Amino acid sequence: MLLIRCPYCEEERPELEFRNAGEAHIARPTNIAAESDDDFEKFFFIRANPKGVIYERWRHIHGCARFFNAVRDTVTDKFVMTYKAGEPKPAKLPGAPK
Amino acid sequence: MNAAFRISGAGRLSQAKTASFSFDGKPYTGIAGDTLASALLANGVHLVGRSFKYHRPRGFLSAGAEEPNALVQIVRDDARKTPNVRATVQELYDGLIANSQNRWPSLAFDVGAVNDIASPMFSAGFYYKTFMWPKWAWKDLYEPKIRAAAGLGVSPEKPDPDHYASRYAHCEVLVLGGGAAGIASAVAAAETGVRVILADEQAEFGGSLRFESGARIDGQDGYAWAQAAIARLKAMDNVRVLSRTTAFGYYAQNFVGLVERVSDHIKNPGRELARERLWQVRANRVVIATGAIERHMVFANNDRPGVMLASAARTYLNHYGVAVGRNVGVYTANDSAYAAAIDLKKAGVNIAAIVDLRDNPSGPVIDEARALGIEINFGRAVVSAGGKLRVSSMTVQPKNGGGGRTIPVDAILMSAGWTPSVHLFSQSRGKVAFNEESKRFVPGAYAQDCVSVGACNGADGLDATVDEAYAAGAKAAKEAGGKVGKGAKPKVDAGESWSRGMLGAGPGAGPGTTVKAFVDFQNDVTAKDIRQAVHEGMHSIEHVKRFTTNGMATDQGKTSNMHGLAIAAEELGKPIPQVGLTTFRAPYTPVTFGSIVGHARGALFDPTRRTATHGWAARQGAVFEDVGHWKRAWYFPKAGEGMHAAVNRECVTVRKVGGLFDASTLGKIEVVGPDAAKFMELLYTNPWEKLESGRCRYGIMLREDGFIYDDGVVGRLAPDRFHVTTTTGGAPRVMNHMEDYLQTEFPHLNVWLTSITEQWAVIAVQGPKSRDIIAPLVEGIDMSDEAMPHMSVREGKICGVPTRLFRMSFTGERGFEVNVPADYGEAVWEALWAEGQKHGATAYGTETMHVLRAEKGYIIVGQDTDGTVTPNDAGLDWAVGKKKTDFVGIRGLTRPDLVAKGRKQLVGLKTKDPKVVLEEGAQIVADPKQPIPMKMIGHVTSSYWSENCGRSIALALVAGGRDRMGQTLYVPMPNGTIEVEVTGMVFVDEKGERLNG
Repeated sequence: MLLIRCPYCEEERPELEFRNAGEAHIARPTNIAAESDDDFEKFFFIRANPKGVIYERWRHIHGCARFFNAVRDTVTDKFVMTYKAGEPKPAKLPGAPK
Repeated sequence: MNAAFRISGAGRLSQAKTASFSFDGKPYTGIAGDTLASALLANGVHLVGRSFKYHRPRGFLSAGAEEPNALVQIVRDDARKTPNVRATVQELYDGLIANSQNRWPSLAFDVGAVNDIASPMFSAGFYYKTFMWPKWAWKDLYEPKIRAAAGLGVSPEKPDPDHYASRYAHCEVLVLGGGAAGIASAVAAAETGVRVILADEQAEFGGSLRFESGARIDGQDGYAWAQAAIARLKAMDNVRVLSRTTAFGYYAQNFVGLVERVSDHIKNPGRELARERLWQVRANRVVIATGAIERHMVFANNDRPGVMLASAARTYLNHYGVAVGRNVGVYTANDSAYAAAIDLKKAGVNIAAIVDLRDNPSGPVIDEARALGIEINFGRAVVSAGGKLRVSSMTVQPKNGGGGRTIPVDAILMSAGWTPSVHLFSQSRGKVAFNEESKRFVPGAYAQDCVSVGACNGADGLDATVDEAYAAGAKAAKEAGGKVGKGAKPKVDAGESWSRGMLGAGPGAGPGTTVKAFVDFQNDVTAKDIRQAVHEGMHSIEHVKRFTTNGMATDQGKTSNMHGLAIAAEELGKPIPQVGLTTFRAPYTPVTFGSIVGHARGALFDPTRRTATHGWAARQGAVFEDVGHWKRAWYFPKAGEGMHAAVNRECVTVRKVGGLFDASTLGKIEVVGPDAAKFMELLYTNPWEKLESGRCRYGIMLREDGFIYDDGVVGRLAPDRFHVTTTTGGAPRVMNHMEDYLQTEFPHLNVWLTSITEQWAVIAVQGPKSRDIIAPLVEGIDMSDEAMPHMSVREGKICGVPTRLFRMSFTGERGFEVNVPADYGEAVWEALWAEGQKHGATAYGTETMHVLRAEKGYIIVGQDTDGTVTPNDAGLDWAVGKKKTDFVGIRGLTRPDLVAKGRKQLVGLKTKDPKVVLEEGAQIVADPKQPIPMKMIGHVTSSYWSENCGRSIALALVAGGRDRMGQTLYVPMPNGTIEVEVTGMVFVDEKGERLNG
């Protein structure tokens, strides 16, 4: 069972308390009704599903109930870092070469 | 009385305390501390089982957890018949009853052994090839027969009466394995003051110190040192010592599963003791000290009872005081078997000969064996074992061929070398690396915060092992925050050291031979089978494994994997590392379902949710149905009534007079805040800004793709306060959906969401008399049609307690839903029931609720919709705000597919024969005479007998349904085709006048 650090509770908690909520940093268009079919397809259906580093959303559903973002390596299943919802995609990951 | 093969003065067990036991009905005597294996061997019993496929007689290969052969059934009583217990692990208790498996009529004469003679039919992959046709025969003929003939033990037929405990534990350093390495690591870590857990699968700690007679540490015998060290560790507050505890799985972030066998070794455990305890340990650092497992030699008939690992014979002698034979042969490719021969010789057992595959080895153990007068043959091989139910001889030849001779023996000890136990390291996702020089896989790159020490890390000598382990234990503790320890490293005065050995088939079992030289004993895989797999095109080791089943038995190939790999590599002409190792998976040894399940069985398997009126309904004789976690009253039969009669009565009574229904399970969410209406506008298709306080509206929630996600009636209590209801099953996901948008897409909105499902009990009072039933109990609310029209909500009191009183209807009748704080739910229900009785009202359950709503064409999300239905498909376009510029799903609704013609639409269906009730889920076709497969144009979503209509009614999703009004369609069923007419969805009171009636 993974340990996940909730950026709101500021501690590591067991995976059982969390639920994955899909890829992060996909903003709902402000004027969504005017989106073209292609743009809506990209927004709603297309996901990167990378092998390696993924930016994704998690919810501390059985804790503080907040949604937050996480950087996880899909190969090793290791969490690189977590950060609050609304914060920008981190420019540099911890442990990454300078 | 001494058993025949118990040697006085040998071993560590006291002869004082005996234990009676039986095997296949025959009584025997062992002594306290024995395993079932050692006790049987002390009585001269080697034959204990029949093999899986060929039913060959089998004995003990090992003295530990790696045992592939000696699987028995341990019987405590009718319900406690544990199959596939390794006799080498099962501790003896007085009165133990064990039976052999997979034999008929008896172990010594087994009819199934004909498989051995017919074995050419059963070679590798036989079931993929032999039983291909006729097709029907697999299920009805071949599979049942094969399953009956090839098998292990028999499962008990009664529920397991034992209970299983479960614990979570946290520590800085977890040490897996309690041999010399594990103990040294645990001592070093414990001295720093950090929390340490030390676990070992055996009853006693010591690991290979149990048999290594030459080991001396800190001035004492190795085994005695281990016991003293364990006693000191047990006395420390920061250390937990777990014996009989197997680390079976290594998961992410140093999460390790251990299973502790609490009472399998106790005569009468009693109810207070769990059978097993599951430990789920999260450790900061893990030290893996799992040792190494000796490999057998691969030669013809190497599976005869009496042929065993040298270290096993040594364990039986040095720990249990048991000689495995009186005239013992030894076949080896490394030094360690010499030590076994020496110990046995010194104990008075004749060593017929040592056969050493190596050409000119030298070393102290060889010198010592020679000095004891043991015959040693270098450069020779045992090419075959004689005997059937017990080994009787070994045939020895020069390894490169030539004349052989046959030596009578009653046991053969073998050692092809030692395989580091990298199972847990590998499970931790560490990568093993092949050491070319020592021909073994050892831990390479680590994936987690763990370290391997001792034999499992490739350390060869005791000295090196203790050095490495002590340092690693101290380092792990320091990394986990420990202080510098004050203790001293244990000093190894003497210890044995073995390395090298051989992999693969020995002489006489090589390419071109067809002898039964077993690689995997438990799955009956021979060297020939592996080569055959390669010939038939299995070039990856993963394919070889699956084709031959090598390493796939319950022992997971602990003794066989390396041999199998080497044979495949030889056949492929590739070096071993290029062929690669199969993946090690949890569990290390078999784990009972009981220990995984723990207390989560029966009533504790899953939570049960009961409403406030559950007790009342139960007293009325209600029949309940499960809806998610909820128990809901399904119908309320009167004496002598079946379900249909009860539901018909309830349905008619509600429309004629009135009925009470517990609607408490509906999800309820309070949406509060200055931006509450704005939020509702975004989450539901309907307009909300202009909904007046005190009024209700039926709301539809979509996903972004435009499909219906949930629905429910929403009451606006105040400008900034909405009382939202959801479907029963949808409550948690609707809450999640709302929170998701509020937190991440619309965080600028000042809104607070609260689940209030549990807080309010909801009593639906429906029917023409509903107002008359409620009104006498209500204070402060004008319930007249003018003051409180359909779809309105009022706050006031009922029976003196606060209520949110909704006027709404899921029946099409005048109706109310009385919300009261859940604690008052039953009392208010009883009061309403008393009023209802005056009018002749009924209580009704979920079945009647379903029928009544279907009579009105009200949909149930999840029954009449399936996640691909739009509001338009469901005939609910009126609920989508046409002037709105945004809501979740607005863009999805205009997707080309969602506005295309011919989409499935919800319609009503009437069977031509009004008595026929359609089956929900039945498929609909336009032309019943078309050839199969027919073109399905829809399916039945809801179908009931309607007593109010005097006929059956149904709802269905049909392609282009609304353009088919009046058409005849067909529902093909196994007993004939049913004709139906497409109709509107409303079967009762099409104009909706009864809402105010």
